[in-house]
This record gives sequence, structure tokens and C-alpha cells, in this order.
Amino acid sequence: MSDDAHSSSQGGDGGKETLLRVAGLTRHFRVGGVFGKTLHAVDDVDLDIGEAEIVALVGESGSGKSTVARLLARMYRPTKGAIWFAGRDISRISSRKDLLAYRGHVPMVFQDPFSSLNPVHTIGYVMRRGLRLHRPELSRSAQEAAAVEALESVGLVPGGASMSKFPHELSGGQRQRVGFAQAISWRPRLILADEPVSMLDVSLRIGVLNLMLGLREKGISLLYITHDIASARYVADRIVVMYAGHLVEIGPTEEVLHEPVHPYTRVLLSAVPDPRATTEIAAADIGEPPRVVEPGEGCRFRWRCPLVVDVCSKITPRLAVTSSGHVAACHVTTGAEPAIADVAPADDGHDT
Amino acid sequence: MLLEVDELCIEYLGAAPIRAVDQVSFSLEENAFLGIVGESGCGKSTLLFGIAQLLSPPAVIRSGSVRFMHQDLAGLDEARLRPMRWRNFSVVMQSAMSALNPVKTVSAQYTDVMRAHGERDRAAIRARSQEVLRLVGIDPVHLHSYPHQLSGGMRQRVMIAMALLFSPQLILMDEPTSALDVVAQRSLMVQIKELQRQLGFAVIFVTHDMSLVANFSDRLAVMYAGRFIELGGTRATFDRPLHPYTRGLLDAFPSISGPRKPLIGIGGYPPDLADLPTGCRFHPRCPVRIEGLCQLVEPESHLLGDSEVRCHLYTEEQSGVG
Ligand SMILES: Nc1ncnc2c1ncn2[C@@H]1O[C@H](COP(=O)(O)OP(=O)(O)OP(=O)(O)O)[C@@H](O)[C@H]1O
Ligand SMILES: Nc1ncnc2c1ncn2[C@@H]1O[C@H](COP(=O)(O)OP(=O)(O)OP(=O)(O)O)[C@@H](O)[C@H]1O
Ligand code: SF4
Ligand code: SF4
Ligand SMILES: [Mg+2]
Ligand SMILES: [Mg+2]
Repeated sequence: MSDDAHSSSQGGDGGKETLLRVAGLTRHFRVGGVFGKTLHAVDDVDLDIGEAEIVALVGESGSGKSTVARLLARMYRPTKGAIWFAGRDISRISSRKDLLAYRGHVPMVFQDPFSSLNPVHTIGYVMRRGLRLHRPELSRSAQEAAAVEALESVGLVPGGASMSKFPHELSGGQRQRVGFAQAISWRPRLILADEPVSMLDVSLRIGVLNLMLGLREKGISLLYITHDIASARYVADRIVVMYAGHLVEIGPTEEVLHEPVHPYTRVLLSAVPDPRATTEIAAADIGEPPRVVEPGEGCRFRWRCPLVVDVCSKITPRLAVTSSGHVAACHVTTGAEPAIADVAPADDGHDT
Repeated sequence: MLLEVDELCIEYLGAAPIRAVDQVSFSLEENAFLGIVGESGCGKSTLLFGIAQLLSPPAVIRSGSVRFMHQDLAGLDEARLRPMRWRNFSVVMQSAMSALNPVKTVSAQYTDVMRAHGERDRAAIRARSQEVLRLVGIDPVHLHSYPHQLSGGMRQRVMIAMALLFSPQLILMDEPTSALDVVAQRSLMVQIKELQRQLGFAVIFVTHDMSLVANFSDRLAVMYAGRFIELGGTRATFDRPLHPYTRGLLDAFPSISGPRKPLIGIGGYPPDLADLPTGCRFHPRCPVRIEGLCQLVEPESHLLGDSEVRCHLYTEEQSGVG
């Protein structure tokens, strides 16, 4: 897909400058012991994140969301594809100093707060060290104040007392908030937040979500990976839906929620529970585990898709403009809309 | 009764001891499904660890008992507990990453557990391992994967599958589905319910997800600052929450339909367990506190119909103001 088609059809806010751009991002892993096979964790992902934009990344467990975040954080090398941050190809960053600066601008909050905090250091040590690296201009006392402020902003009150604790003295949700506090204390430009509120009760969760909205006001962008669709709706400008390594739908939040196009998005949204509803749970859509090990050509949702047609097993659908204006990757539901011909180049190989 | 927890108190010893579980009592029949909800840091994981006898220093059981299958687990040594783990009761910990061995494949870990309980037949071990993985929706190719090769939600499911290797009478689960998408979560819960129906085990389920509780648990315990402050039938609690904290919790839910409005939550912060408020532990945040009473006197637990609640709103008449 050409770059023009991609940026004009993702439904991004035209007014915002692009902060991060991803093209053709792919990451494969070898799995399965001796008779190794290739697992396609992330395949051919194109994505933009604007300045002061919150993009929610949702999708199936195991679909590659954390892998995308780790690629963006430069913790994994891409198998293929490129990432530009503020116009610069991040694979070209080589000096220690520049890499450190990048990590400070684009911190990652890890999904598992139990394995991401070093057990031998207090929270205060971790916070202070991060601030010394990423905000060396601050005096010691200003660093101390910034650490306390960040901890308190995520509800770790009193911040001073939290600083003296070791990770094992904290509960799951408390550790999770330490990760987020650390990221915001660096004054970053883009936070890669991988399920940052999954262990929080609804009240603290709302606190962190409101904090995210406040960060956006200050011009900070977020990639917000979550399974909590209601919270994505609350904070995100755009929603990106992932299934088995592919982005399958991208668009403005309300539009995706109200007019979901991809069959997986529809399944996902219809499963979002309403805690007050008394509805009986329907028989489980157990589905197949998504096939990402040597998946071959074709749509990866086809084994579970109610709308599957012949072509789905032959050609992998590409993102195309839907009738509601955002983009989705499906042969059937996006249809042969004239818009596709306008946007996608003729040699794109998509099915009509 | 399968499990009877009586006046359980658990402390983290230190300069300022923290009582993370305070006088918690409840019982569980075979086949029961108890949901536990409560704020981050209120003591839910500590309680599960206390029941399963997995506490490590500086945590100690100060008082109380945990009667499971007619013996007090709190009085048993590890040699007596080991044969019961996995076989009679199993635990799915909040952190799959710290519960799994990072240098062993999933298959090796399942094999260890089954061998430790006398299963020697390699084919049977392999078949059972594949079976439980399929049950939780994971491609059995991942039997050869190491924990770091799995996604967050896959690790959680690997743990749940491990808890199901035998058919224990009791399964304790600490936020077992927090890393799962709603589709996978739902189908997993339906599976667990179905297995429960077939095999008759009891479940204690800690979660922050009220909709999971609403749909799957029979009884619901609401925990606040180390105590159970409300315990009752799930449906009844949703229809008529008694404790002001429970009400706040149910009101705070964002929705994916309807207007997008600012959310505020309950207000205030969870109390510091090392420095608890006087009187009712919720009083600094309570919108309906009774001045002159709630700050001073801690409410006892009272029975109200089928529910137990710790709040002066329901004891005012009995205790009298002042
Ligand atoms: N280091 C690795 N080695 C091998 N396979 C990996 C590795 N990291 C991830 N994978 C595989 O890549 C796929 C995507 O994993 P990822 O962690 O990105 O999923 P996810 O979308 O974050 O899922 P979840 O919502 O469950 O956290 C999975 O099938 C996983 O097994
Ligand atoms: N080793 C320890 N030493 C001192 N305090 C501890 C220790 N472990 C836990 N705590 C404290 O005990 C309290 C209860 O912790 P617990 O892990 O049981 O909370 P939780 O209800 O499971 O919270 P979450 O929902 O965030 O996981 C917390 O306030 C925590 O800070
Ligand atoms: S491309 Fe085919 S299989 Fe894939 S989602 Fe669309 S209709 Fe279903
Ligand atoms: S006892 Fe008083 S402060 Fe506590 S919850 Fe009841 S009304 Fe509120
Ligand atoms: Mg993940
Ligand atoms: Mg916990």
C-alpha cells in the first residue's frame, strides 16, 4: 500500500502532526522446539500516531499487541519494516546517548508488572535513577519532588512512603502503577502503555484514564494497549484492532464502536459485557486458537468468520476504505467500494 | 462444608506491621463460586495466599483458621500440604510470570506437576497436557514454548490449564483473565463453569471485572482495607448494594454505549494499611457517613437477610448514636 493511501485513510486527525510512523512492520519468531516453525507475531503493520493523540490498540490475546509495542520501544528488532519517530528512522539510532534519549522520549509500561521491576531496588531508587538519566537538568530536590508527584498522580499516596518500598511489598495493582508513574516522570513524548490498568479496580482505573487525558492536553501521545473497550472509548482518539498479527480495522473511536466493519471487530464488540445487564451468557464462541504458526496466504480469521467466502482462503485482505470512511481488512464487508479504487493503487493486488 | 475460613488475620511484620487481612470469615460449599472484588492493595492476594498456605516471610497468619476438607490447613506443615497441592486445591496466581518457571517449557512444567503426583505414563502426560491447553484455547504447539515466548494472556491461560491438570476440589484464581480479550475471557469462563458443573469443584475468583462477577459468581465478597465489608448473593448485591463502597463501585462503571461523560470514580485514595483511619475504614471517602459516629466507632458485621454488611447505616438503631 502506498504511503499516501495509508495516511489519508486511517482516519487520523488531519490537524495533528505525525509523531510516529510505522510501515510494513513485521516480526517473526522460531517456535516449536527441534522441528522449528515460524510464528508470525506481527505481519505488515502500517500505523501512524499523531502528536497529542491517544491510539488504543485492542484485539485478541496473542494477536501481537505487546510485540508491536516492544518493536516500537526497540526491544525487538523487526524482521521487516521501518519505524520513524519524529521523522527519524529509529533503526539508525546507534549511539548509547541517542538510544537513551529515545527511551526517554518513548518509554514503555510493561504488561506484567511482576517481572518488570527489579526486586533488589526500592521504588525510590528506580524512580531517582530514571530521572537522573532522563531529566539530568533537574536538581536532586527537584527530582525527588518529580518522583513523588508522579507516584501520587497514579494514586500511590503518600508518594514519599511508596518510595521506600521494595517491589515485593506492593500488590499487583500498586506495581502496575509504579511502571506508569515512572514513564510519566520522564516527560515523554509518546508512552507505550501495555495494559497499564488491567490490575486496577474501576475507581483507580478512572484516575489513571483521567491522567492520560491530562497528558494528552500537555501534548503527550499514547499507544494504549487494552482489553477494556469501555476505557478505550473513554480516552482514545482512534482505535486499532488487531487479529493474529494483522491490523484488521482502524478508525476514529466512536466510528469503529458504532459501525464496526470487520467481522472480528463485530464479534469483539458484541462480547463486551455490561456489568448491569442480566443477560444469560450465550454458548461460548470457543473458536480456534488463531493460526499464526506458518499461517500462509489468506485471511487469518476465516476459520471463525461467519461470512467467509472462497477468496478468503486464497488472498490476504489488505486494509481498504470502508463505506463508513475508516479502514478495515476484509474481502466481504469492505466490499468493492469505489473508494478502494480511488485510494489503493491499481497494482495493489487486493481482491475485487 | 468444603472450606471454612474463620476470623483469619494475616500480617506483614515490620517496623510498622501491616494487617492486610483482618478477621475474614466465610465458608464455601462444594460447587460454589465466590467472587471477591476490592481496591488495589486491599488484601485479596494475601487472603488467597493465606488460604493456600503460600505466604512467605514477613507474612504471618496471626490468628484464625482455614478448614479445608475437615483439617486446618494453617496447622499443616509443607510435607502434609504438598500432596494436596494441585490435586485437592490449586492456585492460579495473579502473576503468571512469577508462578511459571522461566527456564522450563510449558510441557516440562506440566510433566513435573503430574510426576510429583505419581503419574508416570508419558503418553498419558502428553495427552492430558494437550487436552488442558486446548481447553483454554491455546495451540498445543506451545507445549514446547518457554513462558517468555507466550503473550500475557497466553501465560495466564497456561496457568489456568495447569490448575485443571487434576480435578481439584477447590481452585483459587487471582485475576486469572485480566490479560484476556473479552471474547477469549467469556469463552474461558463458560468452559470453567461447564467443567465446574461436570466435576463439582468450588472456585474463589478475585477480579476487578464486575461483569465477570455478575455473570459467573453465585456469591460476592467486597473487600476494603483488609476486611470483608459486604458478603451476599451476587444478584442481590447488584440489585441492592448495601455498603456505600459497594454502591460507589457499581456506579463507577464506564459504558460503551450512551453519552461519553467524564468519570470520577469513588474519590479519594485507598487507605494506607499501616496507618488506618479511625472508626469505619471507609469514612474519609464515604458520602453518607454519620458524623460523630463513623469516625469513632468501627462497625461490626451484621446480618441483613442473606447478606452480611459492615456499616453503621444498618446498625444505627442497635448501637445508638453518641
Ligand atoms: N519472544 C518470543 N518468542 C517466540 N514467540 C513469541 C515471543 N514473543 C511473543 N511471541 C508470540 O507472538 C504472538 C504475539 O504475542 P504478543 O505478546 O505480542 O501478544 P499480545 O497481543 O500482546 O497478547 P496478550 O493480549 O495476550 O498480551 C504470540 O503467539 C506469542 O506466542
Ligand atoms: N511483603 C510485603 N510486605 C509489606 N507489605 C506488603 C507485602 N506484600 C503486600 N503488602 C501490602 O499488603 C497489602 C495487600 O496486598 P495484596 O497483594 O494482598 O493486595 P491486593 O488486594 O491483591 O491488590 P491488587 O488488586 O493490587 O493485586 C498492600 O497494601 C501491600 O502494600
Ligand atoms: S476476509 Fe473473509 S474470512 Fe476474513 S473477515 Fe472478511 S469475510 Fe471473514
Ligand atoms: S459505617 Fe459510616 S462511614 Fe462507614 S460506610 Fe457506613 S456510613 Fe459510611
Ligand atoms: Mg500482551
Ligand atoms: Mg493482588
